Amino acid sequence: MADHDSHPLFLPLVFVGGLIFGFGLGFSHMAQPEIVLNFLLLEDLGLLFVMFGAAVVTGVVFFIAPAGIGRAPLTGRAYGRRLKTLDRNVVIGGGIFGVGWGLSGICPGAAYASLGVGNYAILWGIVGMFIGAYVQGYWRSSDLETGTATAGAD
Amino acid sequence: MTHVVSLVFGLEALALLSDPFPNGIEHYLLGGLLVGLGTAVIYLGTGIAAGASTFLESTLSYVSSLSRFEQYRASRDWRVVFTLGIVAGAAIYAVTFQSGFLSSSLHQTATTGELYDVGGFTLWVTDVQPWRLLLGGVLIGIGTRVGKGCTSGHGVCGVGSASSASFVGVATFLLVAIGVAQLVAAVGVTP
Repeated sequence: MADHDSHPLFLPLVFVGGLIFGFGLGFSHMAQPEIVLNFLLLEDLGLLFVMFGAAVVTGVVFFIAPAGIGRAPLTGRAYGRRLKTLDRNVVIGGGIFGVGWGLSGICPGAAYASLGVGNYAILWGIVGMFIGAYVQGYWRSSDLETGTATAGAD
Repeated sequence: MTHVVSLVFGLEALALLSDPFPNGIEHYLLGGLLVGLGTAVIYLGTGIAAGASTFLESTLSYVSSLSRFEQYRASRDWRVVFTLGIVAGAAIYAVTFQSGFLSSSLHQTATTGELYDVGGFTLWVTDVQPWRLLLGGVLIGIGTRVGKGCTSGHGVCGVGSASSASFVGVATFLLVAIGVAQLVAAVGVTP
């Protein structure tokens, strides 16, 4: 299960991927909560191009890689799609996330990038996200026997 | 609630017809393609479809022994590296295009928030009020983890995987967020 068994290029590659990802969030201005709020207020729909632009690239790569290439060179993993079980949690959690996103204009990846462009005020949001993640972890650790905890969510 | 939202939604949609893209689309599209490329680079090298919100729980596993976080111990190191990369990548944008040392017709200067100067570089800070960021953050921390993904996990990787759970997740948080943002603006909270 360890994702970084031994390959010396594993962490550098993850870092480079993060660099490109973060640069894109900066360049697109999705790292600015105001831009996200303007989108949610339907005043500037440009953000659709960020989300669909990104999903089109991953869609093509996630479709081609399993068919054309054997296994991932740095981990030996098989290429698979990102599939989660569709259950009540997806809707309940998505709804709670939606309230937070609509209130603040931030989401996790964009918040990390926002710090990079100099937005020190985003630390309020990042601290809040850790508090929220801890709170649900606390709840779900006390009732793990219900079997609702699902591994590997992104 | 549903009626209010759909009414507001309808009125806004009408207003939109004038100009849905007042800031153009080029920088949005290029930025989005780069977000996808970053995800694709990690995927091609490692087979991992990386989302951004798991970092919250995997990082908590360094300091908390709650059983919920145990499952993320194996991935916590690379998730820290991924997040540091995101911060650094955005910082590279800040010291190049945002600071004016690189320019492109595809680039759009910030029209929101405040630009400020540190050592010759131009940085940016939001005007959105701290309580909105903090309270929103708490809900995002809960919701993304309960809901199995965020804008990158569901929105970029999951939609790219044509996952039905992710289509439902994205539709849910997008519609709810539009409704909430409209309500917050309607009661006069700005910015």
